[in-house]
Parts: sequence; structure tokens; C-alpha cells
Amino acid sequence: MAEQRGMNRILALALLALTLALAGCGPKVKPGAGPATPGENPAAESAGAGANAAGAAEGANASQDETAGPQGGLLASRVIYFDFDSAVIKGEGVDVAAAHAKYLASHATARVRLEGNTDERGSREYNIGLGDRRAQAVRRALLLQGVNEGQITTVSYGEERPADPGHDESAWAKNRRVEIVYLTPAGQPARP
Amino acid sequence: MQALKFSRKSGRAPVWQALLTLTLAAWLVRPAGASLQIEITSGVNDPIPVAIVPFTPASPADGGLDVAGVVQHDLEGSGRFRALPRERMPARPTRAGDIVSADWKGVGSDYVVVGRVTSENGALAVDFELVNTLTGARLAAQRFTGAASALRNAAHKVSDVIYQKILGVRGAFATRIAYVAVDGTPPSQRYQLIVADADGENAHLILDSRFPIMSPAWSPDGQWLAYVSFESKLAGVYVQLVRTGERRLVSARAGINGAPAWSPDGKKLALTLGGSGGNPDIYVLDLLTQNLTRITDDPAIDTEPEWAPDGRSLYFTSDRAGSPQIYQISASGSGRPRRITFENNYNARPRVSADGRELAMVTLEGNGYRIAVQDLASGAVRVLSHGRLDESPSFAPNGATLLYSQREGAGGSLATVSVDGLTGLRLKAQQGTIRDPAWGPFGT
Repeated sequence: MAEQRGMNRILALALLALTLALAGCGPKVKPGAGPATPGENPAAESAGAGANAAGAAEGANASQDETAGPQGGLLASRVIYFDFDSAVIKGEGVDVAAAHAKYLASHATARVRLEGNTDERGSREYNIGLGDRRAQAVRRALLLQGVNEGQITTVSYGEERPADPGHDESAWAKNRRVEIVYLTPAGQPARP
Repeated sequence: MQALKFSRKSGRAPVWQALLTLTLAAWLVRPAGASLQIEITSGVNDPIPVAIVPFTPASPADGGLDVAGVVQHDLEGSGRFRALPRERMPARPTRAGDIVSADWKGVGSDYVVVGRVTSENGALAVDFELVNTLTGARLAAQRFTGAASALRNAAHKVSDVIYQKILGVRGAFATRIAYVAVDGTPPSQRYQLIVADADGENAHLILDSRFPIMSPAWSPDGQWLAYVSFESKLAGVYVQLVRTGERRLVSARAGINGAPAWSPDGKKLALTLGGSGGNPDIYVLDLLTQNLTRITDDPAIDTEPEWAPDGRSLYFTSDRAGSPQIYQISASGSGRPRRITFENNYNARPRVSADGRELAMVTLEGNGYRIAVQDLASGAVRVLSHGRLDESPSFAPNGATLLYSQREGAGGSLATVSVDGLTGLRLKAQQGTIRDPAWGPFGT
């Protein structure tokens, strides 16, 4: 394919240019002096750089407050699965929720984040609502079993963070879920 | 299928310029953000035959950009025009006065476009003329001036005028789109917010994250994007100035912060908020005063707000009747919501055309989530797409075309369909999935 070859050539040139620039013998950047070719937008540079900086910082924040949490028995299970278009906790999920409720109720400083998820079908923001409904169902189950409100935060990722990237019922079944993520106990510093 | 990859020859540009361009491109745009490939998937049966004669270049200031090639790409991509191949052109005029209509009628062209790029005082001017070969009439003669970096945009403006003069509707070629590119497999996915020209070229990176980015929305002046980012692992709504990258976190309340939509005056954002233990409802946030007004209060999921063009009401998705349907409510939150959709059991993600007459949405038809348009006056619904997982419809500012995302095999691409259902395009990334598109407003 001629197009494919063209792309490869462009990539090769880009790599060469990158190498030259990194080696310090690349051309001096003259904002606004160049032609109107794709990618050459001096204004975009600061946007890209700013965004990249934000992206780098976020990686550090993300895992800081997470902790392994309890591991014994059912507490090692951190996922509760749901039927299609349902936020009803069923089967083993009931026991998993009960085990975590018991642990949290007896460890007042322990904290969890409940992450609601859906399969990929339907509208994205509506799925955020459905994922939230699942997270809220687990939250209510925990509260009913004596967990303190301050121990729980919820988030819905909707269809945005599938556990299984497939596009069939077996993948969808794995994606309709709430994940229980343990956070650094209250009053303790986050991990460095 | 016909691949319409615009040729980017840099033969006239000095080598260092090409290298500089590629260096910047490599820095700013990672592979997932590279220009999109466009394929025409459907067009009208009798496209209008036009000849777009190569414009007189202004070397080297024009950077070797083939302005007529960009115009041809735009017009053919609309599915409503067929361009005469250059090798069949009887002549290469650059002024209307030099066009011999009979010669062009002889090769079947109803219209001829000629033009010139000239360089003056560091700026570039594009002059073009449009001639009807059947009547000999000159339908347009216009000049666009600007910096060399705006030459591509000037070419799109030429396309906009030609489209309007021939079809009676303003073209939307000189506009931009935003979309989300996703690469990698769970749990190590990479999410990028990208802005590109409406033809998929000139793509650049707005935000890069290991956590989901979704629901980009353009401010009415085209300067800002609002979007949802989970970069803190919780939902946050941000607004970002596209030109500089400057951004602001405007909502990070407990639970859902989602579905931002700018009011037509650009002063407010409609949002979906959950609240601790609450359920999703629609709110309006005044961006200047930070004043928050609750619009809906219902135990159902209320989300995906969209302003009517007059700013006086909001459309939104709600499953208050059991399945998701679209409702309309006063933008002050007073009065009861009125249900708008009644066909099919699943209607979500409303978007309204700029003239306020048509509502685009995702509808479940048979076993497929598809893009449909409802005539708001008559209630008549037309399903325009045929996929299994089509979603996120967004109107072009001229209301003639919808941009949406579709699932294809393991990946996802963007597609367009005209509101009459006759023409369509597919925009594909070189790798990874692209989705959640938003078509920006007309430029000034």
C-alpha cells in the first residue's frame, strides 16, 4: 500500500528529526515562520506541554492513596458483578459485600472507594448514571450493615474502564461490576 | 472503497521546514493523535461535477500546500460533488476571464473553480473564483488573507463558499472537531483529548491521561473545551482554553460530575451532578459567579443536558419512565419536564440542530444502538446509521451533517452522516480507538 509506505517514511523522518533535535543540532524553532502544515501550530505547543505536564503529575497522585487492604477469605474478592441493566447485588456479590461491610464496620479508620462500571452498550454519560447506580447499591448495602458514611467514596466510570476489552456477552458480564478499592486509612499519611 | 488521503508534498519547502514540522508533530501529537484517514462510505447518486483547477502557488511562503487539493478533498468528502481529475483538465486557467466554458462543458464539468495564492508583507492571500460553465456566470469571487499557518483554513473557507453558492447551505469545512483517542488494553489504557480540523488533519493533543477522558464540549465561541477527566480517579469537569492549554477545574463534587454543555451565551455550563449518595440530576453552573442552580430533582437518572439554541430550555435524558427517554425542561428548572421521544425503548444523548428544529439522539432499534433524528415540530423520527454501537451524535454547525462514533471490530472510529441520510464518511485513526466526538462552531 502506497499510503502505508508513505506513513512509514513520515514516521522515519519524524524519528530522524526527533533524534536531530534531541542531539541539539536540530533547527531553531521560529514560531509563526513556518508553513501551514499539519502539527505546526506554535500555540498548540504550550497546550500540549501543559497537558503533558498535567498528565505526568496525575500518575503520582493516582496510586498514592490506594492500599492493599485486608486479604483473608471473601475479603480478597474485590469485585461485585451485576446483570444487564440491573443494580441489584446478587449471588456471591451479597456475600462479598457483607464481608467488606463487616471488616469496615469493625475498622473505623479503613476507607474504600466504590467504582461503578457498565458494559459498552448505550450512551456514555447515561452509562455513567448506571455505573453510579451500582456503586450506590453497594454503598447502601455497606451502610445498612453498620459502615460509616465517611468511610466510603463512590465514582462511576460508566463504560470507560472495561475490565475485559472484548465485545461479547462474556466480556460484558465481566464489565458490569463494582470494584472495591481500599484507600489509606483515615489519619495516616498517603504512601509516598 | 476510496481512500482520500490528502497529499502533503513538501517539495517546495526547504528540508529544515519539513524537519521542523515533523519534530513538532512528533512532540505534540503522539501516534494516536495523528491525522485521521477519511473514506467516503456513501454519497449521492448524481454528484455535482466540478473542476477545481490547481491554484497559482506562492512558493515558498505557502509551504507547498496544494490549496485546490484541499478544496477538492472537502467537496468530494461531502459526498455531493465529483471532481474532475487533473489529467483530464482541458486547460489550467487561474482567472475566471481565462475560462473557456465550452471546453469545460465538453469534459462534463458544471462548475469550474480557479484561484491564486499570493504573498504580500509576510501574509498570504487566497483569491478564488467560481464559474458556472452552463451559464457562464461568475458565482463567487472572494479573497481570504492571513498568516501562512492559516492557509489550510483559508482553503476550507473557499470550500465553504463554493458549497453555499452551489447547494444553498453554508459549508462547515473551516471548522474543528474534538474527540477522544484511546489506545492500549485494560488496565493500562491511555486516553487523549484531540482537536483537529473537520477533515481530520492538523490534529493536536489537548490532554493526555492514564484515566478516562470523556464528553468534550465546545464553547459557543470555539475558544474553550469543557470535558470530564478522571485523572484524580474521581470525576472532574474542566474547561480548557484550546489555544494556550490554560485550564480550570470547575466541578469536582462528590459522585458524578459529568456531561458538560455550554449555554448559548457561553456564560453557563449545564452539568450532571450526583452528590454524596444522591442520584444524577441536571444542574446549571454560572461560570462567573460559581452559582449552582438545580434543574431536575428526581430519583431517576437525569443526565446529558443540551441547551435549546434560544437558551430558554434544556433537553436531557431520563429513565424516570423506566427506560431512557428524552425530555425538555425550562432552563430555570421551573415547571414539569415534557417528554419528547416516544418511539423505541431507548432514546438518549440529545443534541439539537442550530436552528432548533431537529433533535439527534442514540436510539435502540432492533439490536443496534443507532443515530436518529427527530423533527421536533412533527415528531417524525428518521434512523440515519446502521451500526451496532453507534453513539455520541454531534451536529455540524450548519445542521447538515452529524458526526458520531461507531464500534468496528475491536476498535472504534468516527463517522458522519448527512441529515438526509444520503452521504457519509468514516474517519479512522492510524491505530487505537477514537470516539466521543464534538463538532465545533463556525469560526469567525
